[in-house]
Amino acid sequence: MVKTQIDTQYEAVIGLEVHAQLKTASKIFCGCSTKFGAGPNSQTCPICLGMPGVLPVLNRRVLEMAVKTGLALHCKISPYSRFARKNYFYPDLPKGYQISQYELPLCEQGYLETAVNGRIKRIGIHRAHMEEDAGKNLHEGLEAASHVDLNRAGVPLLEIVSEPDIRSIDEAVAYLKTLRDILVYLDVCDGNMEEGSLRCEPNLSLRPVGQKEFGTRVELKNINSFRFVQKAMEYELRRQEKVLREGGRIAQETRLWNTEKEITVVMRSKEEAHDYRYFPEPDLVPLMIPEDLIEEVRNGLPELPDAKRERFVREYEIPIYDAEVLTISKDLAHYFEACVAIYPQPKTVSNWIMTELLRELNNSGQEIADCPIPPERFAGLLKLIEDGTISGKIAKTVFEEMYRTGRSPEEIVKEKGLVQISDAGAIEVLIEDVLAAHPNERESYRQGKTQLLGFFVGQVMKRSQGKANPGKVNELLKKKLSA
Amino acid sequence: MKLSKEEVEHVAKLARLAVSEEEKEAFSRQLSEILTYVGKLNELDTSKVEPTSHVLDLSNIFRDDVVRESLPPADVLANAPDRENNHFRVPKIIEERE
Repeated sequence: MVKTQIDTQYEAVIGLEVHAQLKTASKIFCGCSTKFGAGPNSQTCPICLGMPGVLPVLNRRVLEMAVKTGLALHCKISPYSRFARKNYFYPDLPKGYQISQYELPLCEQGYLETAVNGRIKRIGIHRAHMEEDAGKNLHEGLEAASHVDLNRAGVPLLEIVSEPDIRSIDEAVAYLKTLRDILVYLDVCDGNMEEGSLRCEPNLSLRPVGQKEFGTRVELKNINSFRFVQKAMEYELRRQEKVLREGGRIAQETRLWNTEKEITVVMRSKEEAHDYRYFPEPDLVPLMIPEDLIEEVRNGLPELPDAKRERFVREYEIPIYDAEVLTISKDLAHYFEACVAIYPQPKTVSNWIMTELLRELNNSGQEIADCPIPPERFAGLLKLIEDGTISGKIAKTVFEEMYRTGRSPEEIVKEKGLVQISDAGAIEVLIEDVLAAHPNERESYRQGKTQLLGFFVGQVMKRSQGKANPGKVNELLKKKLSA
Repeated sequence: MKLSKEEVEHVAKLARLAVSEEEKEAFSRQLSEILTYVGKLNELDTSKVEPTSHVLDLSNIFRDDVVRESLPPADVLANAPDRENNHFRVPKIIEERE
């Protein structure tokens, strides 16, 4: 008898395998360039082509970056580590094996913490190890053949494997974003999923809520953007749930995400289960990582996003939300701090960055690094508001002009005659005009409809083309109306 | 130590070797003999010996992260059985199945 699965509630169990391309100039075991977008097979040599008799030598920067990342992920750095050969055949793998790490990986037993729906979730890092990338296969527009470009073969990767601690897609996405932030902050990876410098392979399974054992897991490959990571996982969990509800069983397999159809399809089935016959790489000598080197790297770690966020809240007394937005990138956080150093009113700076600046950057598709307004001028604009030279409203217009032309706020204000009118005499003239133009409203106000004050303020501001000091207008209007 | 015919088939498949039925029988016998011979080492007590993965007494050999000139693509592709537009041309790789 088939047990009915209709009422069962399922829980997802997810682990993520992330490959991060390390930002070195040259490949992991040879001097070929790692630059993206070069002509096919123009960045290869006998070593990365796997010619007989060549000898790979480890790029020191790869080790440094890997140790740095491991420490940032709270991993134990193995004092003794070595490389291994992972043997398999594929057209993009010139040697017939990939140099990777198997036993004795460089980093183990770490974790990262990420905020999911307002709560901090700790996700374990099983291991992180160094390896070389494979080449690239191209199929598009080719009928009977595939093309192989080996420029990517030998590019350094750090494979970061999480524990299966993730219980929802929200958590998986949060983990991935946090991990990317950390890698980018550490300056070890550019985090670009579209160019393949960050790749994510989730493995997912479902189990009835309350069950301790994991269900059979499926590994997903071929996902090349953040948006698709989420979509692919959603699709796969729906698929698995349907199979289970219909009384079926999940096959342990690798499935490929199909971007056009937005579905996952089987890649390799179990009968060809991985049999990589790992063994220690005889061409590379072992690594002995001295304790003082680990300490040196640890002391040189930059402030990570989490720590920065906490410090912003503490030091600048801005809301958590502001701190989160401002620490999205290291450059943006730096911009904020540079502005606050000149104009020490953090909340005002934060407001202007989050609304005006981020909107302009967004509209022009630029990064903060390309921002045409240096912090000095940004702060300069805020000073002009504070000392009453211009109104907040006018300042927004000035800001747009600054962004467009890269000119200083003082220059723009002077040239366009935008200086705020604070002179009582000048404002009174405007008020007289407005009151004369609206005798009915004035009468209503006198009879107690005092909420009309806002209307009058608006009219005066309009007449001054936004240049009147709103505080002054308010004050003088009240006096005038109750006279 | 005995290596079965199925194990010979599996290893041959992993190594992309085509072997005939007679060869499978012969290899099964020969490989078993080799394994038995090497298996003699199991008679030694190695419980107090550090595992050796490298015969050289060396560690931490590095190169600096400096870009050096690569080969010209024409040289890279010189040994390739087939090529097209500076790519290696290989039989169509089927990555999907439905």
